[in-house]
Amino acid sequence: MSPKKKSAYTVPKLKDFSAAALDDAAAKLLRALEEEAEAVSNEDEWKQFRDRWMARKNGILTQVRERWLIESPASAKAVVGKRFNELKQEVENQVQAALRDVEERLIRGATPIASGTLEEIFRAQLESERLDITLPGIRRPLGAQHPVIKTMNEMVGVFRNLGYSVEEGPEIETDYYNFEALNFPPNHPARDTQDTLFMANQESKPLRDRLLLRTHTSPVQIRTMEKMKPPVRVVCPGKVHRNDAPDATHSPIFHQIEGLAVDTNITFCDLKGTLDHAMKEMFGSSVRTRFYPSFFPFTEPSADVQISCIFCGGRGYRDGGPCRNCKASGWIELLGCGMVDPNVYGFVDYDAKKVGGFAFGMGVERIAILKYGVDDIQLFFNGDVRFLEQFA
Amino acid sequence: MKISPQWLRDFVDLNVNYHQLADDLTLAGIAVESVSGEGDATIFEMDITTNRPDAMNHYGVARECSAIYDLPLKAIEPELQVAVPAQAGGDSRAPFSIDIQDGQGCARFTARIIRDATIKRSPEKIVRRLGLLDQRPINNAVDASNYTLWEMGKPTHVFDLDLLEGGKIVVRRARDGEVLKTLDGVERKLTSEDLVVADAKKPVGLAGTMGGFDTMITEKTRNILIESAWWDPVTVRKMSRRHGLHTDASHRFERGADYESTVVSCNRVAELILQSGGGELVGGPVDVMARKLDQAPVALHVSEVYRILGEKLETTEMLRILRRLGFELIPEHEEEIEFTVQVPSWRLDVEREIDVIEEIARLHGYDKFANTLPAYVGAVVELPDAEKEKKLRTSLLALGYDEAISLTFISHQDAEQFSSVPVIELANPLSEEASVMRTSMVPGMLNMLAYNLNRGSDNIRLFEAGNVFEAAGEKALEFKRICMGATGNAVKESVHYPARPTSFFDLKGDVETLLAAFQHAGLEYKADTAEYYHPGRSALAIMDGEVVAQFGQIHPEIAAGRKLKQDIFIAELYLDRLYQCGLRSVRYEPLPRYPAVERDFSVIFDDSIEFATMQKAVAALRLGELRSFVPVEIFRGGSIPAGKYSLLLRATFQSGERTLREDEAGQWSGQIIGTLEGLGGVLRTS
Repeated sequence: MSPKKKSAYTVPKLKDFSAAALDDAAAKLLRALEEEAEAVSNEDEWKQFRDRWMARKNGILTQVRERWLIESPASAKAVVGKRFNELKQEVENQVQAALRDVEERLIRGATPIASGTLEEIFRAQLESERLDITLPGIRRPLGAQHPVIKTMNEMVGVFRNLGYSVEEGPEIETDYYNFEALNFPPNHPARDTQDTLFMANQESKPLRDRLLLRTHTSPVQIRTMEKMKPPVRVVCPGKVHRNDAPDATHSPIFHQIEGLAVDTNITFCDLKGTLDHAMKEMFGSSVRTRFYPSFFPFTEPSADVQISCIFCGGRGYRDGGPCRNCKASGWIELLGCGMVDPNVYGFVDYDAKKVGGFAFGMGVERIAILKYGVDDIQLFFNGDVRFLEQFA
Repeated sequence: MKISPQWLRDFVDLNVNYHQLADDLTLAGIAVESVSGEGDATIFEMDITTNRPDAMNHYGVARECSAIYDLPLKAIEPELQVAVPAQAGGDSRAPFSIDIQDGQGCARFTARIIRDATIKRSPEKIVRRLGLLDQRPINNAVDASNYTLWEMGKPTHVFDLDLLEGGKIVVRRARDGEVLKTLDGVERKLTSEDLVVADAKKPVGLAGTMGGFDTMITEKTRNILIESAWWDPVTVRKMSRRHGLHTDASHRFERGADYESTVVSCNRVAELILQSGGGELVGGPVDVMARKLDQAPVALHVSEVYRILGEKLETTEMLRILRRLGFELIPEHEEEIEFTVQVPSWRLDVEREIDVIEEIARLHGYDKFANTLPAYVGAVVELPDAEKEKKLRTSLLALGYDEAISLTFISHQDAEQFSSVPVIELANPLSEEASVMRTSMVPGMLNMLAYNLNRGSDNIRLFEAGNVFEAAGEKALEFKRICMGATGNAVKESVHYPARPTSFFDLKGDVETLLAAFQHAGLEYKADTAEYYHPGRSALAIMDGEVVAQFGQIHPEIAAGRKLKQDIFIAELYLDRLYQCGLRSVRYEPLPRYPAVERDFSVIFDDSIEFATMQKAVAALRLGELRSFVPVEIFRGGSIPAGKYSLLLRATFQSGERTLREDEAGQWSGQIIGTLEGLGGVLRTS
């Protein structure tokens, strides 16, 4: 029965506030309430039903309050008030119940089993909500860390755990920091090995002040020692440049990590132990290291370090043939190092008789190439997302 | 450089196989890069470090073998017939005089003369050995000189004596304008910086670098002058670089030759010529020393060896190693804890105690030293901006930007288009497109975006962290930047949702997220961007009065000029300025206990009124309980007249102390409406 029909219940004015009269009026009201609640069949009807009975403005309850309670004489106020509260409670109950009925009807209506226990109905509902969970998920794209930066951070992390702090230096350096203070005298053939990119218009300056792009991160060693006294333990990650035309194995830009430890107690054995430890941290505990003599102007003695080939386990062959990665030698050359040359201490005002230390440097791209099996160094520098996103 | 291990056997009785030998040499610092060939034809490709010119020959490598295996080393002692005494008066028998006019450039010059030799093909053994080293045989005299170079490392030169005028050799600076045709047939203009070997009239060779064409040995040559000199490394290096002439001779001289080997090498060349071409020696070697080389003895302390290397070596082991390498040791102490070390003349690289210690270490074997970790007391110190950089990088990755690295160089044209600062030029750039240090990271980013678009990747988000460079007088300044680039869809098409293209506001949102990490009192956005941005779709982010970022859509003309067919969005973060603000320090704010009240206002505004203006005006009301004031919907067209737009704004009120009353919210709403109307807004009634 729609509340809009003519026969719709309206709240009568009461002349008689006797118990009997109240009983009668309440009974009529409750009957109407029940009938209307019964007739609610969907959500819209329920809303109308609720508003008709409970709306603050002109709802039936409001009318009951105005016409019965407020109009009642003072002597009857208490009785009418009690009666009103009872009715109010009943209206609220009926409205809530009607909502539950509507919901249950909705569930029944939506499921093939229109009957059955509620539990069965719910189960059927859940069944109807089943998704094809094999469809791909909606992924929020994550950016990928650059493999070179990632590798660099890992290396820095290994040394941080050994007590090394990070230092940085400029990419445009002077001849002094890149060469002279690292014991590359002017006109020394060792400078030829560096393929330096020079800044233009420097001829009028003294050689040591001329600007160039640092060819290694070693200048940061000098800058660090200039500003602090031993003990020093630093790693210096950064970008370096060489005059190398780009191809699969060469790039004019690449990254290095320089390390430096200077103290009163540092020996060649410590250099070996430190790098052996670092390589094991980086490539796994089964990796072995091999040191052999080399030459760098700023270290003496100097060494190159090889690790046992991580592809063939140092055997030199795999898959029934010679290992391509180590050219069957079982070893892969990875970094250069040595004890800091006493001449270098002269440039930074350290006493070579009292302190000693070691320095090492490694190419980050080389390590990343090894770690990830990358076959073209240019992939690191062209921003190709098909490459980069493999590292996400 | 190539070494024939079979040739090494001339000097040391090796009894290891060649692969073992290659390994042992490498581990002693005489690096064998690769081994090829078999048996007597086995060849080692060597990589001798620049400090060891003494090992760039067979005798030097044999000496290392002698030290590695503790074997005796046979000396090179040329056997020469008795020379015909030099006579005065006769042409080629005249005593030959040597005049060193530049004693700095030429410390020693030794020469000797062979008469009546026959120039022909070298003996088979010489030809074969030179062949193994890829050396082309020329004739017995030239080959003798060449063979001696590869055998003992001392470059020598042979002249046709009869083509030398005036019966003397002069070592002098060239005269400006003098010309010398060198053996490679090139006419070289000389300057006073060049050091030459000359006869009485003309230059006949570039010192230590290459001989002259006109005085070379030919089939007609009968009489020969053999030159073996010691040239100053820096002089030779400068000269060979100036003339672009890097030769086996200059390679050795510029690294330091053996001062004491001039006579023996001269004799060795003579011996080889006499053996193959006959003739007779005239007089003894003419040996002129302009100066002595200063090779001071070195003090070696056993305690220092231990301090540096960290392991106690047997003194007998140290002495054995050094003696096999040609060092002489005189004990300075009965307990043998200090020695005076006389360094051999071929080891110009050994000058200090540390150099001697390296010799001990490398022949003892680096791998025999223990691996230890040093004790350390100290703390790890972070770089001042490390946290900030980490925060930005982490956020960028979370926002879906892949990190990329582009070239540090750009073209002049790009520098002009994307910056207005003085550039730093490279003296020897890789190419015209890479001739200046980047003043902006935008061109690099555009190149990377283009690279991807050209390869079918259409949805791209990249960032690069790096430096830009700027000239400031004589100095080079470096500034840290982050550049972001985005193009294509912000939401990729999927089975669940349609795609949505990247917009200015995607980029702005990302910039906002990044900037929100930094402590600031004020952050505003202004449209006053550089010309390479779309004038209506770009902004500067101004944090506490400093421009910390510039971002937006790249100007369509610039994009078209670079053949970029999609809308391109770029953001530049100026880290040097951004880092002036610290990271936002977090203070806990009590969670709200009372409900919030929302009020919506639908207002029609003139297009010229920006949201920021409304925001500022409402903020000026200083409504204490106003928690937020945000736009919810924007609408143009339809019933809204042109030049105007409709904006649905939402104010949220909340108190930390109590539930707000209806009339309070109503009053504040009234104030907000009044303010919006003050800006020309017209409240829409539904």
